Amino acid sequence: MPQEYKLLLKHADADGYSNDLECYERHGGYAALRQALTIAPAGDNTPQAQLRKRVLDSGLRGRGGAGFSCGLKWSFVRHPNPKPVYLICNADESEPGTFKDRQIIYKDPHQLIEGMIISCWANHVNLAYIYIRGEFTEGAKILNTALAEARAKGYLGKDILGSGHDLEIHVHRGAGAYICGEETGLIESLEGKRAYPRIKPPYFPAALGLYMCPTIVNNVETLCNVKHIVEMGAEAFTKLGTPNNTGTRLVSLSGDVKNPGYFEIETGKVTLGELIHDENFGGGLREGRMLQAVIPGGSSSKVLKAGEIFKLGEEEIALLDVPYDFDTLMKIGTMSGSGAIIVIDDSRDIVECLANLAEFYAHESCGQCTPCREGSLWMNKALHRMTHGEGRAEDADYLKHIAQNIQGRTICAFGEACAWPVLSFVEKFRDEFEAKAK
Amino acid sequence: MPDEAKVEEPSVIETIAVKVDGKQVAVPKLTPDWQGKLVPTTVLQACKHAGIEIPHYCYHPKLPVAGNCRMCLVHVGMPGRPGPDGKPPMNEDGSLKIDPMVLPYERGTPKGVIGCATNLIPGMEIYASSPETKEMREAVLESLLINHPLDCTICDQAGECKLQEYSMEHGQAESQFAEQKVHKPKAVDLGPRIVLDAERCVLCTRCIRFSADIAGDDALGIVNRGSYNSIATFPGAPFDNNYTLNTADICPVGALTSKDFRFQMRVWFLKETNSLCTGCATGCNTVIGSRENKMYRQEPRENDAVNGPWMCDSGRLDYKWIGSEKRLSKLNGATDWTTILAEITTNLEKAAVTSVAIIASARQTNEELFLLKKLADKFEAITDSVPRNGEGDHLLVNADKNPNSNGARLIGIAGETLGANLPAIAEGIENGTIKSLIVFGEDVTQHGISAALLEKLDLLIVSDIFANATTARAHYLLPGCAYAEKRGTFTNVKGQVQKFMKALDAPGNARAEWEFLHELVENVTGQNGFSTIEGLFNQMAGEVDAFKAKELNWAALGDDGVTVEI
Repeated sequence: MPQEYKLLLKHADADGYSNDLECYERHGGYAALRQALTIAPAGDNTPQAQLRKRVLDSGLRGRGGAGFSCGLKWSFVRHPNPKPVYLICNADESEPGTFKDRQIIYKDPHQLIEGMIISCWANHVNLAYIYIRGEFTEGAKILNTALAEARAKGYLGKDILGSGHDLEIHVHRGAGAYICGEETGLIESLEGKRAYPRIKPPYFPAALGLYMCPTIVNNVETLCNVKHIVEMGAEAFTKLGTPNNTGTRLVSLSGDVKNPGYFEIETGKVTLGELIHDENFGGGLREGRMLQAVIPGGSSSKVLKAGEIFKLGEEEIALLDVPYDFDTLMKIGTMSGSGAIIVIDDSRDIVECLANLAEFYAHESCGQCTPCREGSLWMNKALHRMTHGEGRAEDADYLKHIAQNIQGRTICAFGEACAWPVLSFVEKFRDEFEAKAK
Repeated sequence: MPDEAKVEEPSVIETIAVKVDGKQVAVPKLTPDWQGKLVPTTVLQACKHAGIEIPHYCYHPKLPVAGNCRMCLVHVGMPGRPGPDGKPPMNEDGSLKIDPMVLPYERGTPKGVIGCATNLIPGMEIYASSPETKEMREAVLESLLINHPLDCTICDQAGECKLQEYSMEHGQAESQFAEQKVHKPKAVDLGPRIVLDAERCVLCTRCIRFSADIAGDDALGIVNRGSYNSIATFPGAPFDNNYTLNTADICPVGALTSKDFRFQMRVWFLKETNSLCTGCATGCNTVIGSRENKMYRQEPRENDAVNGPWMCDSGRLDYKWIGSEKRLSKLNGATDWTTILAEITTNLEKAAVTSVAIIASARQTNEELFLLKKLADKFEAITDSVPRNGEGDHLLVNADKNPNSNGARLIGIAGETLGANLPAIAEGIENGTIKSLIVFGEDVTQHGISAALLEKLDLLIVSDIFANATTARAHYLLPGCAYAEKRGTFTNVKGQVQKFMKALDAPGNARAEWEFLHELVENVTGQNGFSTIEGLFNQMAGEVDAFKAKELNWAALGDDGVTVEI
């Protein structure tokens, strides 16, 4: 029977575990930081370069949505750099269906802070920010308390643990916009401006990020993993999960399952079917219900239809047998995104489901660039017209036309985020859309 | 802004080879950005070099790049990534392999790049007119139009609207849009001179960038989200710097309109005349829009040596007086020009050398000042013009409020300090050594020569366009022209000699000063000058040292003018 594998959440939910520093240290906290700070130079390789190499070798991929190699992202910043380098923890967790980062922030904040301090040390960062979702008011308080504790103990501030390295971390609360999770939008917001994502090129954060300085933006879960990579070594980390999909993933499971919640799994070692049906995870659908669809990686990921069979090279694989990892989900035309699985059973009107998503995206489009600004609301209006008895035979193609004019033509990935659900829902559930015609 | 990209100006212009619509072109590797700094040439600029216009709304050569309208999306082909040997993929014939860009996640679908922010890569192919590019443009235009009110019939921008123009060139006749349009605020009073129609706005942010980055007034921003986005000012803080009307110029659609011009005239009825602003010594280049002898607006005309594409609001709106009913339009002292000039000639011929003084205006043209100087030389007259000082600003407004102080200096009507001779002239009149005074365009009673002094003169010849205490005492009053009613040149604060053209006819009997001065000079001095402005200018260019040094001639001034040593 597939089991959870608790690496990041090892202690968080344990009885008697609290989010204060004393408890964290009692459970071995900040040992990884001490270890990182005492790495000896090896030849030309500085301790920092060795740490960065270790993260690259671990195969750690970003847990925020894109699944990009963390070590590679770090390597885009040149050292030594004439400008200050900043690190930002993206704690804006706002992808619908996602509720994993908050578990760490609320229950084990020092794990994140330790991961951040190590990452800052590795990348020569003296000033870092945690950009936290505005709605996490309590989370911001918890982080500030934890930062104060860490500061008092010398884990932050001047000359951390005698290493000669200075670091300060500030918590910055967002004000409730999804787009602030997009890294360049986040940077603009952190600079005190409207969170309009920047054009790339030229504004890649690694070169022209916060205050036009090199900036690394990493997700909460990603930064926590850095601590574990230091602790267990890159090689041991690669043994977790599956090749190129190393480590564990925090999965947020929601929708029509008996036991929704968050789970930590070895990446790729548990299938979608197991996550939905197994007693250790979703516990199956409600009595008498059939699976209709699965949104596998947050609301932006392309929907999968119950009963779908995918061709992977020579092999065929059924939806429920798809291992939950980065690469397989990409190969079957979707993504594991932020690790948020939304299960839709046959009691749901699929057009209503999409209309609900479209409303979210129309509301959250920042409106900076034309295709997304106009297209997101257009799709929303069309879908709500359809769910209000005004559907037309041509609406499936009409929706496709609108969505195709958004994807790949916008400043940021929000364009894809709002187009992909529409494109995939319409493609896979065309009958349902055509049935809405008067 | 990135400050690392310091680029040395290359001595030889380096070029980069790209293909535009299948045609091989070599374009400069570097092109000036909005601040004039040389930066890598973009796809949009490369196409311009190749003679192909890429449609755009948010891009403006004199503003920071925003990349938001997506109208300049172009399908391009790029060389592949270098292989393990470090070499990019090659064709069989040894040429660089170029692959049309596709979406990374949907390899059958072409991907565009925004021309305004994409730098050239050697070997790049730009499919500026391909069906793929056309399709992208159509889609962006469709998106821009779905919530647009399509109210061209009552829109002031009609006729010079980029939505209209691109719809004709790149759009599709029909939209599939079957929903309700978004309604947004209309006739929003943004400030004393600008009105916003948020429904017409394409949210290109040109106005925001202009105000923040050029005018230095971070007054405009966007409120709300998504399709409900709207340009706004801070609550209670009207959009009121001295450059607000430039936003109406650069607004590609009818969203921002000038209160002064809106609902006054269809733009296609306007006759356009190149002119100059006379509000200060900067000499911003303008275009006058007039119809049936009435001036409706003046807009900045781009000249990088002077004003770039901008001008200040106070200068732009300083034209209402031109059509005023209070303008002088009748001769005073005789009934017709022939008689009055003959009488003046007779009187002047009687005047003794050094008994004549001339007070000209630094609002007069070089040609007029040159002719007055001829008269002055004949009588060895003491001359001067009146200084007019105010406040300058960081952008275009100069503290010298005369448009032609440098002309007065170079031609020799005034010394370095304008007005330095005025006390001497007053004294000369007082003690009776000066018996004849010629005044052009100034009320000298405001500048140290009292009405009582004027009463002492044997001969007072005045030319002006409005009545004042000086004109009231003139023995001969010659009604002159506003700048919009004549041709001529000014020399601006930097020594830029620039010409302006005639847009309107002068009222009644008023005549261009250079015309009657030319006659007067011929009568009095016997020198036969040129009776055309071109000839007159060229004659002056041969006699005034600073002009001679640059071998100026009327034709060579072109639209932008020529800088002379000041």
